[in-house]
Amino acid sequence: MSVDSEAATLPIEASVPEKAEHPFRRFTSQYCHSPVAVMGLIVLVAIVLVALLAPWISPQNPYDLGQIDVMDARLAPGETDFTGEKVYMLGTDDQGRDMVSAIFYGLRISLTVGVISGLIALSIGAAIGLLAAFYGGRIDAFIMRIVDLQLSFPAILIALMLLAALGRGVDKTMIALVAVQWAYYARTVRATALVERQKEYISAATCLGLGRARIIFRHMLPNVVAPLIVVGAVQTASAISLEATLSFLGIGLPVTEPSLGLLIANGFEYMLTGKYWISVFPGLALLVTIVSINLVGDQLRDVLNPRLSR
Amino acid sequence: MWSYLLRRLVQAALVVAVMAAIVFFGVNVIGNPVDILINPEFDQEEMARAIKALGLDKPLHEQFFYFVKNALQGDLGISFVFGEPALKLIVQRMPATLELAFASLFLSIVLGVPLGMYAGLRPDSKVSKTLMAGSILGFSLPTFWVGIMMIMLFAVMLGWLPATGRGETTDLFGVQVSFLTWDGLTHLAMPAVNLALTNISLVMRLARAGCKEAALQDYVKFARAKGMSEQRIVLKHILKNIMIPVVTVLGLEFGSLIAFSVVTETVFSWPGMGKLIIESIQVLDRPIIVAYLMMTVLMFVTINLLVDLTYSLLDPRVRLGGAGK
Repeated sequence: MSVDSEAATLPIEASVPEKAEHPFRRFTSQYCHSPVAVMGLIVLVAIVLVALLAPWISPQNPYDLGQIDVMDARLAPGETDFTGEKVYMLGTDDQGRDMVSAIFYGLRISLTVGVISGLIALSIGAAIGLLAAFYGGRIDAFIMRIVDLQLSFPAILIALMLLAALGRGVDKTMIALVAVQWAYYARTVRATALVERQKEYISAATCLGLGRARIIFRHMLPNVVAPLIVVGAVQTASAISLEATLSFLGIGLPVTEPSLGLLIANGFEYMLTGKYWISVFPGLALLVTIVSINLVGDQLRDVLNPRLSR
Repeated sequence: MWSYLLRRLVQAALVVAVMAAIVFFGVNVIGNPVDILINPEFDQEEMARAIKALGLDKPLHEQFFYFVKNALQGDLGISFVFGEPALKLIVQRMPATLELAFASLFLSIVLGVPLGMYAGLRPDSKVSKTLMAGSILGFSLPTFWVGIMMIMLFAVMLGWLPATGRGETTDLFGVQVSFLTWDGLTHLAMPAVNLALTNISLVMRLARAGCKEAALQDYVKFARAKGMSEQRIVLKHILKNIMIPVVTVLGLEFGSLIAFSVVTETVFSWPGMGKLIIESIQVLDRPIIVAYLMMTVLMFVTINLLVDLTYSLLDPRVRLGGAGK
C-alpha cells in the first residue's frame, strides 16, 4: 500500500507551483554550481580592476622617464634599487622599469584593445547576422558565402594580410582583430535568429505592421543575446591572445603602446641569458587573463544553453 | 561527378582571383607603392622614369592586369632586400616550413590518437581527466608563449635542446631536411611540439569522442561477445573508425599549420618562410609579402579542394546534395 500512496503524492508535489524565482538569481545560482568557474570570475574581476586602476595602484609610472632609472636595469625579482629603498617585487626590465607596473599598464592596453575590438566586431557581426537571417534568400546566401570563405582561412593569416597592407598601429591592429572576429558573431547570430524568425512572436509583430528595423532590433535581437554573450567571451579571449601574438611578432601594436605581447617580446631577448623575469611574468599575466576568461565563458555556455538547462 | 568537380574548380579559381585582387589592392591602394618602391633621393625626372618603368603611371586596372599576367608566369616581383625574385626566395624557404608542418602533423597523430583513445576508453580515470584538462590549455594558450616557456625550460634551464635554428641538414632528393641527423632532430623537436600543441589537443578530443561513440556500437559489442581480445577490438575496430574524422580534420588543419608556423618560426628562429614573411613585413619588402600571401592562399585553396573532392568520393551524398541545388 505504501507504494500506492507514494505514487499518489508524487503528482501533487510536482504540481505545487515553485516559488517564482527571478531569472537573474536563477542564473547566478546556476553559475555558482562550479567552484572553478567562480574562481575564474573572481580572478577575472581582479584583473579588470587592476587594468582599470593601473595608474593609481602601480608602484611607479613605467613610462614616465623621471620615475625610472637605467641604473636599476635588469634587476632580479626581490632586489632593491641602487639607493636600497625600493623593492622590485618582480624585478625590472632593460630600461629599469618596475615589472609590476609595466604588467599593470600592459594589462590595461591588452584588455582595452581586445575588448573594444571585440565589441565593434560583435555589433557589426550581430547586425549582419540578423539581416541575413531576416531577409534570407540571396542576401543570406551571399553573406554566408563570405563568412564561410573567411572562416576557411586561419585568423592569423587574415590578420597578417591586413597588417602587411596597413602597417603597424593601435587602430590598424584593432581593424585586423575586428576583421578576424566579425564572421564568428555573424554566423552565431544568424543561426539563432533563423530559429527565432520562425516563432510566432515575429509573425505577430509582422501582422501588427511594425517596421522591419523595429522587428529586427527590438524583437529578434534580445532573443539572440545569450549565444552572443557566450561567443563574445570566447572571442575576447582569442582576440587578446591574437593581439599579443601579433605584437610579439612586431607587426601589431607600436612600441609606444606596450601591451603584454610587447613586454614578452622585449624580455625574450634576455631569456637566453637567464633573465627570465622580463618575459615570464607578463606571460603569466596574459595566461591567467586568457584562462580566466575561458573559464567564465565555458560556464556561461553551460548556463545559458537552453538545451542543457534543467 | 564531373559537373561537381568542374563547379568546385571554378569556385576555387574564383577564390584565388578574389584573394589576388585583395592582396594587390591592399598593397597598391592602401599603401602608396611609389613611396616604397622608389628611392626617395631621386629627383623629379628620375622619379617619373622609375614610375614609368614600374608601370605605375598606368590606370590601376591595367596594373592589376600586368600583375596577374606576371603572376601567372611565376613572376611575383623582385625582393627589395635580397634583390632576387620573391617567388624563388619563398620556394627556397618552403622545405623548412613544410618539414616543420609535417613533423607537427606526425606528432599530432602519434600523440593525439593514443592519448585521446585512452581518455575515451577510461573516461573516469584521473589520468584521463588530467589529459582532457590539459587539452583545454593546449587550445587556449598562445603558441608563442608556450614556445618561450619551452625554450626557458629545455634550452636555458636544463640545456637539453638547442633553442634556435635548424641544425645540421642533409640532402634528401635535392631538398635540405633536418630530421635525418641527430643534431637536426634535436633542433626540430621543440618547434615541432610547439606547433603541434593545438592539433594534439584537437586530435585528442576527436579521438576521445570517437572512441566513446564506437565503444557503444553493435560491432564492438559483437566483437566482445565472440571473445575477441580487448587489444584487437581497440586496434582493429575502434581505431579504424576514429581515424576517418581525425584524418579529415588534420587535412584541413594542415593549412593552419603553415599559417601558424609564422609564430613558431619566429620564436625558434627556424629559417622557414614564416620567419621570412615577418621580417619582410617589418622592412616593408612588399614583393615578398605579396608572393607569400599568394602562395599561402593557393595552398589553402588547394588543400580545401582536395579535402572536398576526397570527401565527395568517399561520401556520395555530398556531391548528390550539391547537384540537387
